[in-house]
Amino acid sequence: MAEARKYPAPQGNPETAPFWEAARQGKFLIKRCTACGEPHYFPRAICPFCFSDQTVWEESSGEGEIYTFSLMRKSPTGPYAIGYVTLKEGPSVQTNFVDCELEKLRIGQKVKVVFKPTDGAPLPFFTPV
Amino acid sequence: MTIKGKAYIAGIYEHPTRHAPDKSTAQLHAEVAKGAIEDAGLTKADIDGYFCAGDAPGGLWPMVDYLGLRVRHMDSTETGGCSYLIHLGHAAEAIAAGKCSIALITLAGKPRTGVMPPRAQGAEADFETAYGATTHNAYGMCAMRHMHDYGTTSEQLAWIKVAASHHAQYNPHAMLKDVVTVEDVLNSPLISDPLHRMDCCVVSDGGGALIVTTPEIAKSLKKPLVRLIGHGEAMKGPRGGKDLDLTYSAGVWSGPRAFEEAGVTPKDIKYASIYDSFTITVLMQLEDLGFCKKGEGGKFVSDGNLISGVGKLPFNTDGGGLCSNHPVNRGGITKIIEAVRQLRGEAHPKVQVPNCDLAIAHGTGGLLGVRHAASTCILERA
Repeated sequence: MAEARKYPAPQGNPETAPFWEAARQGKFLIKRCTACGEPHYFPRAICPFCFSDQTVWEESSGEGEIYTFSLMRKSPTGPYAIGYVTLKEGPSVQTNFVDCELEKLRIGQKVKVVFKPTDGAPLPFFTPV
Repeated sequence: MTIKGKAYIAGIYEHPTRHAPDKSTAQLHAEVAKGAIEDAGLTKADIDGYFCAGDAPGGLWPMVDYLGLRVRHMDSTETGGCSYLIHLGHAAEAIAAGKCSIALITLAGKPRTGVMPPRAQGAEADFETAYGATTHNAYGMCAMRHMHDYGTTSEQLAWIKVAASHHAQYNPHAMLKDVVTVEDVLNSPLISDPLHRMDCCVVSDGGGALIVTTPEIAKSLKKPLVRLIGHGEAMKGPRGGKDLDLTYSAGVWSGPRAFEEAGVTPKDIKYASIYDSFTITVLMQLEDLGFCKKGEGGKFVSDGNLISGVGKLPFNTDGGGLCSNHPVNRGGITKIIEAVRQLRGEAHPKVQVPNCDLAIAHGTGGLLGVRHAASTCILERA
């Protein structure tokens, strides 16, 4: 029997602290640049596209669809599915798919964010709608 | 400014070991260095440039001291398995600029014997570490999307392993010498969907080394002349998550740069060393380098097209990472070594490409489905 999966607590830093504070309230934040208008993930202080420092936090709908995934058949903590979700707002996000039958995952499937606890701030995961 | 023809590979050495519990990692570096220096017909005192990557214990300064080198140029560019392809390009730049005249590049390590240190993390750590990206699933994600977008099949991927196994049967040092079939690959267990166990490379101890030098010095030595005529390097990552597309690699940028510098096209290439951490790695890179159109890699690799003497593009005639070895979980240096063997006419007679005068060595490093580097080297028999 595999050991239960225990997720590492985010270390956090001044640049990303608001993301983890929002996560504690069940909110999933992305960053948007007010200079070029592009959203991005994971959050940076300076826009990775136009390099403006005028980036702001924005709450994501937490909804999107599976861009791709791979089902790891064995690990010390049992099978898990890693993948990317393309959010409604645009950015694609690396994640695991949880609370579902992993064998039934499909590219294009609609998913939504769910938070899972750690010893620190909770971590975002995605589950089929 | 170009490096075209300004640097020659005068020495190569691949460690015959695939399991080295009785040796230290630094010792393996020294053994491959010694092998390459002797292959070139030089001595250690001749070396005035040294290149190593993350597998060298402690990095540059402990290694230079341990090996007893006295160098005037050093470079520890670290881009995973393709580091050594980048080192070859950088060595050529340094030689062209007069910063060194005889450069040594080493790779060695023992992942089969011991546990590898964890991958260094960057700003993404809090947003990715928990999700357990590994080589298997990061390449699996690419394969899954490639199949979705282009209809690529597991059967087509299997042909890449089949071709590698046809070559490995002639390599006495190969870990896996048995010729396998498409069915064998499909019947091997799924590791990370859609990749089967036989879609994955081996885990081996070992290493390799190169000596890179000026045209004048190379011509004064006894080995057949092999020169670098084009080089490219690039990186690719999710870049803020915009327009994510895991069906192509950074080879779409490193490849054209190398071909342009060399003044040749993929059609001119007689032999290809293509990094084969997984079968999907080969398929995507062949597309990205322009050997076929994007999405047609599956058709291109099928029916033995990569088998020497059978298909149009002989690849990895030593058996590659899929069958021969993958020292330190890094395949870059063995890709260059087999390309040089082909250009020298020193490959196994059963897999030697007739009149092989132009070859490519290409690889990626890091995680293809997350962030990775790529490097392309075009090599010519002079």
